[in-house]
Amino acid sequence: METIIENELVRELANKHGRTRESLIPILQDLVVSNRYLSKQDMIDVARELDISAADVFGTATFYTFLDTEVRGKYIIRICKTISCAMKGKNDILATIEDILKVRLGETTPDRKFSLLEANCIGWCHKAPAMLINDTPYTELTPEKVTEILREYIKK
Amino acid sequence: MKDTHVKRVDLIFEATECRDVLEKVMKMDPDDICQEVLESDLKGRGGAGFPTGLKWRFTSQEKEPVKYIVCNADEGEPGTFKDREILDQVPGKVFCGMAIAGRAVGAKNGYVYLRGEYKFLIPKLNEYLDKFHKLMDELNHNFHIHIRLGSGAYICGEESALFESIEGKRGEPRNKPPYPTVSGLFGKPTTINNVETLVHTVMIMQYGAAHFKELGTKDSRGSKVFSISGDTPKAGIYELELGMSVDEFVGEFGDGDTKAVQVGGASGFCVPRKKFEETIIGFEGVPTGGSMKLFNSTRSMYNVLHNYLDFFTEESCGQCTPCRVGCQQLLKGVEAVKRGDKNSKYLDELVKLAKTMKRASKCGLGQSVGNAFGSIVENFKEEIIY
Amino acid sequence: MVNLSINGMQVKVPEGTTILEAAKQQNFRIPTLCHHDDLCVAGNCRVCVVEQLGGKALLAACATPVSEGMQILTNSLKVRSARKHVIELLLSEHNADCTKCYKNGKCELQDLSNEFAVGDHLLIDLINIKDYTIDRFSPSIQKDDSKCIRCQRCVRTCEQLQGVNALTVAHKGDHQKISTFEDLSMAEVICTNCGQCINRCPTGALVERTYLDEVWDAILDPSKHVVVQTAPAVRVGLGEELGLKPGNRVTGQMVSALKRLGFDSVLDTDFTADLTIMEEGTELLTRLKQALVDKDPNVALPLTTSCSPGWIKFIEHAFPEFLPNVSTCKSPQQMFGALAKTYYPQVRKLDPKDVVSVSIMPCTAKKYEANRPEMRSSGYKDVDYVLTTRELARMIKQAGVDFNKLSEDKYDSIMGASTGAAVIFGATGGVMEAALRTAYELITGREVPFEGLNITPVRGMEGVRMASVMIEDCKEEWSFLNGVELKCAVAHGLVNARQLMDGVKSGEVNVHFIEVMACPGGCLGGGGQPIPTNEKIRKKRTEAIYAEDMSMEIRKSHENPEVIGIYKEFLGEPLGHKSHELLHTHYTERVRY
Repeated sequence: METIIENELVRELANKHGRTRESLIPILQDLVVSNRYLSKQDMIDVARELDISAADVFGTATFYTFLDTEVRGKYIIRICKTISCAMKGKNDILATIEDILKVRLGETTPDRKFSLLEANCIGWCHKAPAMLINDTPYTELTPEKVTEILREYIKK
Repeated sequence: MKDTHVKRVDLIFEATECRDVLEKVMKMDPDDICQEVLESDLKGRGGAGFPTGLKWRFTSQEKEPVKYIVCNADEGEPGTFKDREILDQVPGKVFCGMAIAGRAVGAKNGYVYLRGEYKFLIPKLNEYLDKFHKLMDELNHNFHIHIRLGSGAYICGEESALFESIEGKRGEPRNKPPYPTVSGLFGKPTTINNVETLVHTVMIMQYGAAHFKELGTKDSRGSKVFSISGDTPKAGIYELELGMSVDEFVGEFGDGDTKAVQVGGASGFCVPRKKFEETIIGFEGVPTGGSMKLFNSTRSMYNVLHNYLDFFTEESCGQCTPCRVGCQQLLKGVEAVKRGDKNSKYLDELVKLAKTMKRASKCGLGQSVGNAFGSIVENFKEEIIY
Repeated sequence: MVNLSINGMQVKVPEGTTILEAAKQQNFRIPTLCHHDDLCVAGNCRVCVVEQLGGKALLAACATPVSEGMQILTNSLKVRSARKHVIELLLSEHNADCTKCYKNGKCELQDLSNEFAVGDHLLIDLINIKDYTIDRFSPSIQKDDSKCIRCQRCVRTCEQLQGVNALTVAHKGDHQKISTFEDLSMAEVICTNCGQCINRCPTGALVERTYLDEVWDAILDPSKHVVVQTAPAVRVGLGEELGLKPGNRVTGQMVSALKRLGFDSVLDTDFTADLTIMEEGTELLTRLKQALVDKDPNVALPLTTSCSPGWIKFIEHAFPEFLPNVSTCKSPQQMFGALAKTYYPQVRKLDPKDVVSVSIMPCTAKKYEANRPEMRSSGYKDVDYVLTTRELARMIKQAGVDFNKLSEDKYDSIMGASTGAAVIFGATGGVMEAALRTAYELITGREVPFEGLNITPVRGMEGVRMASVMIEDCKEEWSFLNGVELKCAVAHGLVNARQLMDGVKSGEVNVHFIEVMACPGGCLGGGGQPIPTNEKIRKKRTEAIYAEDMSMEIRKSHENPEVIGIYKEFLGEPLGHKSHELLHTHYTERVRY
């Protein structure tokens, strides 16, 4: 018989949110909070816990931009690229961050601390350019401001 | 403000004693609540503009005992950020609106679907939700609200896609009919309203339908919260009376060099300077969920169009052919025209394709791509070609 | 009833009817792509859009119910323009190199673009710009994403019809595609190779892995002795690929064609089907004895059949705890293969290494089965190549054989004789019925108490069927079965198999013997059978199978003279040492995903 290794976190989350189909996305969201992305094993364990197919879990997760199935860093930077932020200098901000972290857009730093991604309109157009680092919005960005913000995170 | 038709209103963010409104509403007959909202001529503030009173009445008429109120807080339309402000400043009024809707249609449960990008609001919302539930207990009214988070999908702002998401699936819009008032969340009769719409219903129940109708025009009653950004010295959130012309709007919010105004975000219409005067911001002209973007003469409308098409290409759920492939064709098409690989006649073909997308797409996203595309290509053709 | 007009003609239909169905009643065929009779409504291809007078948006005819007073136009200017655009859009993200495609001439997208005379592609070719995968890792199924039109028929099939859920829609926007868990190859996930997705794919995105060239090479190699076996269901399906209507029995012509193709010996899987009944029947009685006489608490009952490789892979992934319950008998195909390289060369005085064994199957999972590492009991690969019914038809056309003018021919011996009990293996319930015809007679000495030997309770199309036979007045050695109600269950379509096994797991279902066929309808609806498929077609094939049964001289497996012969000369007795060596197998537990 296949040895099923207990996934404590998945079990806990299923206890918290339930085991119906409705519980799937809250569980995946909490998994991402803990692990910053959804691993292959985590998805298999969620599928078993909820008695649904792993393909279904994968298909649902990959629909949502924030439910990453690729490895991500501890701090996920999402820079808004929609029109208002684009108009107000998002490219400069992007270049600054690429310069500081030494990664390109889409990549994760080797120490798995930062991931640099783009996002669509995050709802701060009047204070563009804006970005999210995990759940926290940062607005009215300038290259100087962004440098300071990142410095704080690098220290963490 | 200057003496124009751009009239500032202060209803949405006004401090309201929700307890008083709810006490009044709980004593009313559900049908009378629907009637009051119906008489106010309030239309949905999320962009679609469906008469709210009618939506409530349809839902209340369903015999199915289990019903739901859903608050659409998935504000994802580029340039819209007013619901964030409403939820941050007056969350109690939003919950209050949901409770009123619940009484009107006969629902005991409500869901707030909050976009993942606004997750930082959760602690505050939970705090106010606790207070709300306590108030429900005190008023002896059975109505419970749950909060559900989105995870980065613009299409989940579409009502049936939103239901699919709460149900734990991919946010793919459903076939309609059946409509949400008949079969919505979990297949039950559902009233789904925008955040702002719900707060308006609170004000209508407080001050009456007649008061609401004093503002606005025959087709666009009341006030609306606008989120203004772009080339403007006054970027921000403003509650204004509906019915002003784009010209009046630009007079108030422009930077003196306004070339175009995008009304309604990426799925809205681009109004060029020559049409400012004749275009009304409202349901009789160009409607909007609140997004207003101003572009001055330094902006390339090709870049604007490209940005919108890139947005739709990514955010399309991908189900239906006209939208999934159409968005890619429009995007690649304008790139090819700009590069010179295709001549300007190709733009005419793309305009026809956009018309098909409008007629044949499965949901509002695909149906609206043609709005921005058509209006920008029609009014700024030279900027696309050269 | 609802009154509406379609293209100006008044129609009256029951409430709930879709516009598509209403139009059909008025003899207007609205073109569709994502729609399929066997599946729920999707409404996503938008090919079937029609115009409602006074409406702004066009309506999807397959997904929209009629309403009172509706005025529908199915061919207006707006409709034509939209439909043409939709087809052009699909072609722009499609590898339209038809001459190289297996489905050339049998592709629904090709038909549509032909119908609408889509000329020069005005739109930009997206295929060249994007990444797409061609998955050829599975020995059974090939998945080519460059030909996928995302109708989602395959996903709905795998989910609703089969309950396997190997396929899903993944990602969104321009990255949206049909995929598997973690975008793995079909060979690495729970895919059972049943091929139902292939049967419903409108284009060449999902097709079987083909082995035509290898078989031709073997036939045309003078040093090779090529034997071919034909499954029961092939003979009631092959005609459809060669211009005949569903329900035609073409056994004799098929044998004739195979001989003309150059096979050295044309033999019948039905022979080993009869053999399977001998082995499996004995196995069932042995387990019953262990349960009822020895009172062994560990005896694995219910016993389940093992001839459907889709079912085998399914149970290995999804219900590995029940593997002990599966009969250790190989499928008839594999029993044949083992004998083709031991018994057959011995009798024919050939060197087994010169024997190439080919099978014609209604099935794609059989390709996987033939490749299983344990299927080498002969010391060689027992079955070298598996061809589907569709592939055989192609070979017949390639050889220039005028199938419909052929006269009937007979199977060769020594592994070509069969019975009615064997041929009904092709229909759901058939294995159960064949087993009962033999087991009952073995135990009681009498024929099964059903008129004409037709055990109708196990027949039919319901997903799960239960039946029982009261055993009385047994022969001396089987007296322990006196008074036993032998309870059986039959399931077809893996979604029903899942339901049945869930019942066994929970204790709700209490039976002795279970037959599972992975495919709806049984093998006659298999993943290798002619396309299209729907309930009506499968029903016609079913009628043909039972008609073939009635036409056979011998109706019970244990009366097959070649079966009696092989035990006498070669195997000894059922479940004997030689049988165990050649005719029995074991299974492998697999991952849940």
